[in-house]
Amino acid sequence: MDDPILRLVGILTDSFIPLLKAGLMFTVPLALISFALGLALAFLTALARISSSKALQSITRFYVWLIRGTPLLVQLFIIFYGLPAVGVTLNAFPSAVIGFTLNVGAYNSETIRAAIQSIDKGQWEASKALGLTRGKTLRHVVLPQALRVAIPPLSNSFIGLVKDTSLAAAITVTEMFQVAQQITARTYEPLLLYTEAAFIYLIFCSVLNYFQGRLEIYSSRHLTM
Amino acid sequence: MITINNIHKKFGNLEVLKGIDLNISQGEVVCVIGSSGSGKSTLLRCLNRLESVTSGTIYIDGKLAHDQTSKDIGMVFQRFNLFPHLTVLENIMLAPMVVKGQSKDRLKATAIQLLRKVGLEEKADAYPNQLSGGQQQRVAIARALAMAPKIMLFDEPTSSLDPELVGEVLEVMKALAEEGMTMLIATHEMTFAKEVSDRVIFLDGGVIVEDSTPEEIFENPKHERTKVFLNRMRKSG
Repeated sequence: MDDPILRLVGILTDSFIPLLKAGLMFTVPLALISFALGLALAFLTALARISSSKALQSITRFYVWLIRGTPLLVQLFIIFYGLPAVGVTLNAFPSAVIGFTLNVGAYNSETIRAAIQSIDKGQWEASKALGLTRGKTLRHVVLPQALRVAIPPLSNSFIGLVKDTSLAAAITVTEMFQVAQQITARTYEPLLLYTEAAFIYLIFCSVLNYFQGRLEIYSSRHLTM
Repeated sequence: MITINNIHKKFGNLEVLKGIDLNISQGEVVCVIGSSGSGKSTLLRCLNRLESVTSGTIYIDGKLAHDQTSKDIGMVFQRFNLFPHLTVLENIMLAPMVVKGQSKDRLKATAIQLLRKVGLEEKADAYPNQLSGGQQQRVAIARALAMAPKIMLFDEPTSSLDPELVGEVLEVMKALAEEGMTMLIATHEMTFAKEVSDRVIFLDGGVIVEDSTPEEIFENPKHERTKVFLNRMRKSG
């Protein structure tokens, strides 16, 4: 293959399937699993933050402070490379899941807390006057409304997470960016490969963007803005 | 039905209720009048424990009212507070379903009956934001009635309505009074108070200044403060 253009086209087509495969097999699952677990953690953290227990409030405030105040990449290194020193050895993928989950939980707990607190006090009072307990009010009245408020920032966070999964390359997870680096090492075409990887991230995020729009329309269908 | 003994309510250093004594018998319709800040809302809110009292006791139907909101008391708010994410029917059915565990099918019939009572049967599947203020308040009344309360509290139920929508809400309340519901109503609607209530209470500065029949209070007020208040209301109304 003497023609340089043909060579580049060949690299591009040959690398597309491996990149997409890494994306679908590692990037997407890593993002989905971490986000699902992280949301559950965020929700519990938010509930603890608005609870009347001083102890729960302090613990969760410390957790949010710690995670938000340290770089994600450094956290991943501590979990994967650091913890074996104290006898905790984890594979790369679970290490990444733990790191991302902790981050999603910390950042989104604030989103969920704010969404819950944005719901009019009158909703709590009407529920109480009707005999609903705090828990039942939260479940049947406040959360369904708070979710609508929370969808845009939560979607934002999910899209951010999809891109942040590329950091897992640094702890040997063979997600999409890691595969792009491997192919670059063979072909010496960094511009081509990294642009191609960026393009696939862009496709993933565009799909998410579309679903976010649909979800927002669906969740606010009866509500005046 | 309701016995209130010397209740005080303080918000920080501000004493809003300064010793209220009040008895309301079954089937009685009592209107509470007084200027904004006189303690009308606070009195109602203490009754169903949306606020806790600083001191004093409240007996509902012979039982001491604790911090738990009494299921015997229904409340209608100035700003309706309907659940915007639920249909009219779901708004009415939520509490009986969740609190009393009643079955959805049986409840639906009751809910539709209640809607008929407030004249909004055809709005069963509408959402609150598709209704006018007057309609929303009528749904709020039906929602409170769904818990089969023995007493209904109305906290300025027409104060946030456009003038032309006030009538339809008062009609529903009047019908309810005629059915024999025990009602305590904080209101600025003097004509309504005169027409519907068995007793009118004038609250000023956190104390009951006058407690009498509507004829007495409106035609022949005893206290200077009542006279001043009524004159001011006549001028603005």
